[in-house]
Amino acid sequence: MSLLEIRNLHVKVDNHQILKGIDLTVHAGQVHSIMGPNGSGKSTLAQVLSRRESYDVIAGEVLYDGKDLLAMKAEDAACEGVFMAFQYPVEIPGISNAYFLRSALNATRKYRGEDELDAMDFLPMFREKLKLLEMDEKLTNRSVNEGFSGGEKKRNEILQMAVLQPKLAILDETDSGLDIDALKIVAKGVNSLRSRERAIIVVTHYQRLLNYIVPDFVHVLVNGRIVRSGGPELALELEEKGYATVEAEAKQPISV
Amino acid sequence: MSTNVNTIRDLAEREYKWGFVTDIEEERVPKGLNEEIIGVISAKKNEPEFMLEWRLRAYRHWASLEKADAEPKWANIKYGPIHYQDITYYSAPKRKPTFKSLDEVDPEILSTYEKLGIPLQEQKVLAGVAVDAVFDSVSVATTFKEKLADLGVIFCSFSEAVQKHPELVRKYLGSVVPYTDNFFASLNAAVFTDGSFVYVPKNVRCPLELSTYFRINAAETGQFERTLIVADEGSYVSYLEGCTAPIRDENQLHAAVVELVALDNAQIKYSTVQNWYPGDRDGKGGIYNFVTKRGKCAGANSKISWTQVETGSAITWKYPSCILQGENSVGEFYSVALTNNRQQADTGTKMIHIGKNTRSTVVSKGISAGHGQNTYRGLVKIQKGASGARNYTQCDSLLIGDKCGAHTFPYIEVKNSTARMEHEASTSKIGEDQLFYLRQRGLKAEDAVSMIVNGFCKRVFRELPMEFAVEAQKLLSVSLEGSVG
Repeated sequence: MSLLEIRNLHVKVDNHQILKGIDLTVHAGQVHSIMGPNGSGKSTLAQVLSRRESYDVIAGEVLYDGKDLLAMKAEDAACEGVFMAFQYPVEIPGISNAYFLRSALNATRKYRGEDELDAMDFLPMFREKLKLLEMDEKLTNRSVNEGFSGGEKKRNEILQMAVLQPKLAILDETDSGLDIDALKIVAKGVNSLRSRERAIIVVTHYQRLLNYIVPDFVHVLVNGRIVRSGGPELALELEEKGYATVEAEAKQPISV
Repeated sequence: MSTNVNTIRDLAEREYKWGFVTDIEEERVPKGLNEEIIGVISAKKNEPEFMLEWRLRAYRHWASLEKADAEPKWANIKYGPIHYQDITYYSAPKRKPTFKSLDEVDPEILSTYEKLGIPLQEQKVLAGVAVDAVFDSVSVATTFKEKLADLGVIFCSFSEAVQKHPELVRKYLGSVVPYTDNFFASLNAAVFTDGSFVYVPKNVRCPLELSTYFRINAAETGQFERTLIVADEGSYVSYLEGCTAPIRDENQLHAAVVELVALDNAQIKYSTVQNWYPGDRDGKGGIYNFVTKRGKCAGANSKISWTQVETGSAITWKYPSCILQGENSVGEFYSVALTNNRQQADTGTKMIHIGKNTRSTVVSKGISAGHGQNTYRGLVKIQKGASGARNYTQCDSLLIGDKCGAHTFPYIEVKNSTARMEHEASTSKIGEDQLFYLRQRGLKAEDAVSMIVNGFCKRVFRELPMEFAVEAQKLLSVSLEGSVG
């Protein structure tokens, strides 16, 4: 059974149709990349999958692990194992990074009927993940994302992914604003989280990240539709030719 | 989410129904207020002549204010007229347990106690259950008192202080909040029936948080209470007032007065958690909490620190203040005020700098949810002689939803050019972005809101004694239930 099955997904935002019929199947163990020019609907897709409510699904369905994902609230989807690494992580003043993550982890554990972790159990695991992402230990007690550099915020997203161990991780433009060193660290973190039980969807504008996180499949999203799918070589082709070619192709009338 | 709102509301109403206030043997005097009634109150309390005279002077002053319609109207709060002649000014409640065991108590009340982390034995007392012999609050209190007595600390009810330490009462009563201070302070001076009295002798550091063991009694505080705390030279005391458990009271008007006096090198830390009945969701009922709290740093290098967490009452009108008279004295005010549903709060502080090199810090966090209206009102006044005075004020408002309001009235009067003032203010709204971020990590919407609010209040919670801080956090979460969704 596939982990994620998107069928004919149509989505509107503020009366503006953004997604116009997306079909996508993702199996556990796979890494898919969704690429596309600005405004093609990449982030919308990521947000809808992580159950942001301000998006109107007007048609289509999404099955996640056999369940109706679109019927879930954001927190329930999260507890079921859907994780999104945000393009613009939010600051939570006064709440320490460690406390926040432990609360989040315990919320998901509670949902699954597992025991909650106390600080003594949590901290050693947390420190290990900090090391994986080469993050300073002082970030443990700093407020969530407050005063973090752009790179630290993105690394912090992957740190959260490492702690929460989702089944489906969606990385929304995680490479934006990262210098090459930070990009490598983030990629190393993500790669260490690749596993047979987990699927990862990498949403990105540039091919650059895919040099380090090599996807199994690449899909090109243009104007709300997936216009081409292929292997990692497709990303290289896009890098070379730009989106103009595929955009032009997409403008050709599509026979339905 | 609406179920949560109902739970809280039902809870509040059920408490009433379930007999928190029934079954009370009361000793009452007739309704209304006149010199005769004042005489009766004073006589019932067996007060010395000076007390009666003071009360009468206060009453006459208050009566003149009432005649002149001088009840303060400047605050940003709305309420109907209060009928002062309709109030019974003296009643000594004698509470009797209503239930034999906790099993008989409404489970929803217990669940709120549970959420607040109130120990089992205290739950019993709060819910009106007969307390078994294992929990002997009297003996705990006695041991506690003996320990304090060894150090020479006086900690007793105001009535007891009037009997046993009249010279101290006479010396300090009204020395910080005179009976002419304001309408409600005058009323309190005339009719107050009890309260607390603390005297810490020279160079004694009071080793216990006062009233920690007494919060159950504190839950039964009266309508017009009066507290006086005197810290003699070089002494230190931390005093806790209030209780996180929801408290009902059939008296709508509460007008308390608190006076603090710190002599040379003395320090007083005064913490309050107030969770009186806020009224129902539509603003019906609820306590009017009109309080005058003021501390005088009379001595050099003295320090007074106010910390308050105000989540209850239909209306909160209070400005815990510091008169910084002694050189190098320090005043602090840390406040969290939350208004949900139809609650209104007009609260803040006054820092009056008189002595040289006096310093003050004001940190105010206002949270408005539902239709709540939250006002910060503060005055920082630097007198002519207060050279080198410094003030730092931080005043933040947080809005939840789009039907509530936050208002800020900071007044600054500076008469000495060497003063240094800093004022920071912010207004923010819990955004959909923040909520979604937390929910995407698995937190329920309400937990997400309370996490954001607790983060917002952290600077103030840090000032609370440890166990109080934990309860205060939980209290905020409970008070915010039903504010999202």
